[in-house]
Amino acid sequence: METETIGEAPVSLKNVKHVILILSGKGGVGKSSVTTQTAISLVNKGFNVGVLDIDLTGPSLPRMFGVEDKQVFQSTAGWVPVKVYEGKKQEDSKKGNLSLMSLGFLIGNRNSSVVWRGPKKTAMIRQFLKDVVWGGGDDKHLDYLLIDTPPGTSDEHIAIAEELRWAQPIDGAIIVTTPQQVATADVRKEINFCKKVNFGILGVIENMSGFICPYCSECTSIFSSGGGKTLCESLDLTFLGNLPIDPTFVELIETQNDKSKGENKSLVDLYDDSPLKPVMNEVVEKILAKNYPSRI
Amino acid sequence: MAPSQVQDISNTQLEAPEPEHCPGPESESAGKEDACQGCPNQNICASQLPQGPDPDMSLIHQRLSVIDHKILVLSGKGGVGKSTFTSMLAWAIAADEDIEVGAMDLDICGPSLPLMLGANGETVHQSNSGWSPVYVADNLGVISISFMLPDPDSAVIWRGAKKNGLIKQFLKDVTWGEHLDYLLVDTPPGTSDEHLSVTNYMKEAGIDGALIVTTPQEVSLLDVRKEIDFCRKANIRILGLVENMSGFVCPNCKGESFIFKPTTGGGRKLCEELGIPFLGSVPLDPRIAKACDSGECFFNDYADSPAATAILDVVDALRDNIEVNMKKLSI
Repeated sequence: METETIGEAPVSLKNVKHVILILSGKGGVGKSSVTTQTAISLVNKGFNVGVLDIDLTGPSLPRMFGVEDKQVFQSTAGWVPVKVYEGKKQEDSKKGNLSLMSLGFLIGNRNSSVVWRGPKKTAMIRQFLKDVVWGGGDDKHLDYLLIDTPPGTSDEHIAIAEELRWAQPIDGAIIVTTPQQVATADVRKEINFCKKVNFGILGVIENMSGFICPYCSECTSIFSSGGGKTLCESLDLTFLGNLPIDPTFVELIETQNDKSKGENKSLVDLYDDSPLKPVMNEVVEKILAKNYPSRI
Repeated sequence: MAPSQVQDISNTQLEAPEPEHCPGPESESAGKEDACQGCPNQNICASQLPQGPDPDMSLIHQRLSVIDHKILVLSGKGGVGKSTFTSMLAWAIAADEDIEVGAMDLDICGPSLPLMLGANGETVHQSNSGWSPVYVADNLGVISISFMLPDPDSAVIWRGAKKNGLIKQFLKDVTWGEHLDYLLVDTPPGTSDEHLSVTNYMKEAGIDGALIVTTPQEVSLLDVRKEIDFCRKANIRILGLVENMSGFVCPNCKGESFIFKPTTGGGRKLCEELGIPFLGSVPLDPRIAKACDSGECFFNDYADSPAATAILDVVDALRDNIEVNMKKLSI
């Protein structure tokens, strides 16, 4: 039982300065895309970033970062996360390092399903927070740990809330939504969850807000518009920004490390040219401006 | 018997929360596995659980025996349009006044069906015979947890075991009337408690099969493959796959763009690869989102739109698939 851990922060967080969760009650609104882009934006600012994927039955982050075929290694200290990008090792680069931990690395076949009930998922998350060695390598610390979550307010969320209960101060949660009412209805539930478990809310990002037609530049609101902003106004939360639908971002993910095209660039470098970069940069600046204290 | 009198074995008698690696109090090896050693519930699990089948199973079987076709709507990925498609399917089938349709929303943490079917804010009534669903049309009933919440914004922070209890009650206690032609079961994303429970509980009554919903991009197909693997493990027939959000036609210039690019061939390729029927693709249409938000029937207002035709084609293909299968069985 957990009686012996009461009052102590999870071991893996002892070298982590800031913890940010990415949450949404609704599925498919772009939690993983937002996590990916937030991570890259922070790396671009020279921070060392770790990403923990606790979506156990549908891990997408290994695919997002183009590291599906990598493996997690066990060291004497614990599990070593997969290195996605090492900016610190490149000369004249001001970028930081990026590493990722996901259950996706521990499943043999990418097609096989993880059919787990609650207690097993809880145990896995607990292990992630206990055994992963963040900030290994040259830097002994991690500036930001981003935690990507599955949709809903269930086992995974209760587990992570329990684990982080003693890890305060954590920065809080970024809430992702899409503009339509069906999505914001679920997101409201997630915000109530945050209040119940004492996660501060950094703000709301409205993803998939509008699509700019590549032929005529007309902006169509495929999933209506303005839902995120209305939500923030009614609940008095910070609105972090609108991210438009950008098919080229999906393309970036699918074509990164594509050796057949002679382009062996990682997503972090490819993202430099994405139209989403300035938008996301602004979002990250808003979060950094809140100036939360470091945990260590 | 009133529904509340039936005790839920899996929940009420445990002394402590389930430990790590718990085989599940309902499992056959409950109380006997290595993980059970030292668990405060061990004795309860090992001794008090009825040996043999769960007595509720026959009640569920009885309740579901009035239903002709039971269809699960599944997808490993969230936000691909499971609920949207369930609601479209419900509207489309219920357009025929002689067919009775029921829609069951098993997404307990994020129920969307009531909003999409225009039943937001309704409540479920409890009677002697059980819970009666909310009727949005004469022949279309809906059941969802959102009819039971005190406030639409309240979060349902439940662990798996508790969700299983509610799913069992939905199957056991909801009164669908004398006869129901179709029961459409909308599920949450993933392959976890809800999916295991609904397939276990409905096994005896029989599930016609699963409709898989996906979007064209690989990130989504990746999770959908896992769901298909789950269906195979759980012995659920796959009725077919529908690719949602494939392509978008600009209302201004009619130029078509692929917002979620099928870089690996999309749903069609996946179906060929895994040998499952491809039912069709449905384009993105902003009016679908609007219709869902307001809970109106999309077909009523935009019957001639390409999206509506595409959806109706999928519905026809799906129904053909089910009914052909039934004929085979009766021979």
